[in-house]
Amino acid sequence: MKLLLRTGVGTNQWGNNSLFNLNSLLMILCVLILFVTVAMPMTMIIYGTFFYGFKLEWKIFLDVVLDPANITSMWNTIIIAFWVTTIGTVIGLFYAWLIGRSDIPFKGFMKTLFIIPYMFPPFIGAMAWGLLLAPQSGYLNKLYMSATGALEPLLNINSIWGIIFVEICYYFPFVFIQVVSALERMDPTLEESARIAGANQFYVIRRITLPLVLPAIASGAMLILISSLSHFGVPAILGFSQNIFTLPTKIYELINRSSGSFEGIRQGAALSVLLVIVVVAALWLQRKILKSGHYDIIRGKSMRPMVIQLRSFKIPLLGLCLGTLLFIVVAPLFIIFAVGMLKAYGLPLSLENMTLRNFEYVLFHSQMVRDAIGNSFVLAIMAAIISMFVGTMIAYVVVKVDVKGKSLLEILSLLPYSVPGIVLAIGVILMWSGAFYINLYNTIWIILIAYIARYVAFAMKSSSASLQQVHSSLEEASRSCGATYTESLIDITLPLIRPGMIAGFFLIFLPVMRELTTSVLLYGPFSRTLGVAIYSINSEGNTVQAAALSGVAIIIIMLGELTLRFITRERKG
Amino acid sequence: MAGVTVKNVTIAYGDKPIVRDVSFAVQDGECFAVLGPSACGKTTLARGICGFNKLNSGEIYIGDKLVVSKSQKVFIDPEKRDLGVVFQDYAVWPHMTVFENVRYPLKKRGVPKDEAKKRAMQAIDLVRMSPYADRLPSQLSGGQQQRVALARALVSSEKLLILDEPITNLDANLREEMRFEIKELQRKIAVTVIYITHDQGDAMAIADRIAIMDTDGRIRQIGDPETVYKSPQDSFVYKFIGLSNFLPIELQDNHLFVVDGEKKIPFPVKRPEYISKPQFWAASHPSELQIVKNGEGLPGTVNHVIFLGNTYEYRIQVGSYEVRVIQDSAEAMKTGIPVIGESCGINFDIVKFYEDVQEGRV
Repeated sequence: MKLLLRTGVGTNQWGNNSLFNLNSLLMILCVLILFVTVAMPMTMIIYGTFFYGFKLEWKIFLDVVLDPANITSMWNTIIIAFWVTTIGTVIGLFYAWLIGRSDIPFKGFMKTLFIIPYMFPPFIGAMAWGLLLAPQSGYLNKLYMSATGALEPLLNINSIWGIIFVEICYYFPFVFIQVVSALERMDPTLEESARIAGANQFYVIRRITLPLVLPAIASGAMLILISSLSHFGVPAILGFSQNIFTLPTKIYELINRSSGSFEGIRQGAALSVLLVIVVVAALWLQRKILKSGHYDIIRGKSMRPMVIQLRSFKIPLLGLCLGTLLFIVVAPLFIIFAVGMLKAYGLPLSLENMTLRNFEYVLFHSQMVRDAIGNSFVLAIMAAIISMFVGTMIAYVVVKVDVKGKSLLEILSLLPYSVPGIVLAIGVILMWSGAFYINLYNTIWIILIAYIARYVAFAMKSSSASLQQVHSSLEEASRSCGATYTESLIDITLPLIRPGMIAGFFLIFLPVMRELTTSVLLYGPFSRTLGVAIYSINSEGNTVQAAALSGVAIIIIMLGELTLRFITRERKG
Repeated sequence: MAGVTVKNVTIAYGDKPIVRDVSFAVQDGECFAVLGPSACGKTTLARGICGFNKLNSGEIYIGDKLVVSKSQKVFIDPEKRDLGVVFQDYAVWPHMTVFENVRYPLKKRGVPKDEAKKRAMQAIDLVRMSPYADRLPSQLSGGQQQRVALARALVSSEKLLILDEPITNLDANLREEMRFEIKELQRKIAVTVIYITHDQGDAMAIADRIAIMDTDGRIRQIGDPETVYKSPQDSFVYKFIGLSNFLPIELQDNHLFVVDGEKKIPFPVKRPEYISKPQFWAASHPSELQIVKNGEGLPGTVNHVIFLGNTYEYRIQVGSYEVRVIQDSAEAMKTGIPVIGESCGINFDIVKFYEDVQEGRV
């Protein structure tokens, strides 16, 4: 074995006859893992939709696609995604420019605050806004009606526009984060030379700054579009009561209603195919619209960027920023914790109605909640560790190894990026509930497999970014110093990409902790996750307990984010 | 110590040959420079010797040992070739201290711990980095990192060092200093060195012999620095080895003329014996030309006079050509500095003739 491991690309120059060197082994292993976790479930969806036994059959797909209810949900999905992407991008861009390029005060502080909604699980946000703006029971609506004597509520969050609003709140940071970092890395002399050449402020923004950050805007907007099209939590929480469905919630409803029968799953699979078609079409359309050159001028850390004087607009714009933050961050957080402390839902938010009983109950008395938290922890840690290693392995093969077929590997690993979680979940059900003599349905292992498929791309991106920074001369230097290929990997490459691997771990751990879309289809009686627990307590109408548990979840997630930031900051210094 | 023999080596990336049919033999303890314009394949050749690139044909011996041969299906892994390498970007491992970096090759070559420590410290001392032994590379300047890389290469092999543009990234003063230091070190420990560079100054200062590579990846000439400078084999070497003027010449009735479109300007130099064609080129180094004012020489007009400190550079317009002449400042002060617009003659005492001139990047 030692002999086998010694040879690798770069050393195995003439030895094409020895097939089983380390790199080929890695490559085969990567392909195998991705084939089982990603390619097979996707194939199973297509198979389940278009085949009955081994016979081609269009009927179920046509039935599902032509069903008016499903067509309505498709339009809802598209309308919601369109507005969320458009408005979310504009808002993200505006605040990114304000914080990245103007002389507005408290920049660092506000930059952090604007990232908070990104960490916030959107379905908890939806619950919070439901508590504030539900037509009859929402606290803001009640306040408005009692103050003005109006009989109609101020706003109805249980509507398409309500869903759009809540999704915008939690998705605009995608554009914000990308654009702020692009602005920070942009060479300010590019703008300065335009100014010197006689261009005015607005011309510079329009013709220099904007085109340069366009790739960042495009990638942020693409993230919003994919996320919104495949999003489950917000439309599920705000739309079900009004019979407003999107494709993901419709798929969930179909499968839930048929209580897991094969026919129901096949219908779900057929609808999934439709959802995938919509996603692919939307991505294609967006790429066509935002077709732009790639600029390499943004790189590295630059000097002080040119700052725009806001003058008399400074205070009003600062007010707008703080107002927005108060509205989208503070208000939902407040209502979650406040309602979580209420003795019963519907009581006025006054001190005498407050208690810690709900927190006590969810944390210490409910076996279901304790199991759910435990499951989520176990799943998050296992999914993060496994995905981290698999992702690093794939990244290594893609970045460092010169073998045929590695582009296939890259495509396979990045595929789940654009496949909605709910679709992946159906594929996993089709694959792992006995079709191949393995039945994992109703266990946490089926959820684990789905998580690995879904999140391996995160780890791969993180590791491949750090691998690209390990210049090959560092490895060659150790080879020339007498280290074998494997020794060089262990002594040089692995220690250098460790920070990337650790970041990859948290990039998976955190989303898994707050995950709902995939697990809501895969959970069984003993394999609830934290997200599922909150969701089901809320659907059962135990609003105060759901709010209390949401508060707990938010605290866990914030702690995780803080740890991640602490770790990545330490690495920089 | 070990010599290196490179026999008919060709290396290609895909279909594109980078190194073409290169052969040379480096003696034991010799400092051998491979000099060529950037992207000419010299780094590829060095990587072939190290074992990081495969050969398309040919073979390489280190000492008496055949390390790679396509036809005989021999390939020794880089770690078994027993050499030390300094890379262009130093490749000092950022997660190890200076000491750990330098000790690493000894550890891998199975040197006992105590001895490894002693030898690593000696090498660090040799490159004058002892005060920094416990620092991480991020706390070092470029020049210091370069020395760490050199120390690491030195302990890695006492036989053969391959230095790939090791001082290109340093500033001018540090480069001069490092040139000298590398040469000193090489003499002191009598190690064989293959020195890859695009800078003819570095090559001249350090090498016992120089091989000049052209943009096609072929070796044009091998020789000691003086020979290469005084007798360049062809116009490519001539151009590459220093500043140069090239004038097109035509032979008529045993007299030479500079061809300037329709015009022919008499070129007051004796007809060369070694040229058979009627049309050829005259090559000259600016520092080997003199300005004369007694009506002799190739007639021209002074276009520019540039003072460069220890030298003066003149641009002389001859027909539609501009000829560069460089004169020692002290001498110029004695003979009088030409005035712009003045007519003068250029004395071609030392001139070489070539039948053709290769265009291309130099």
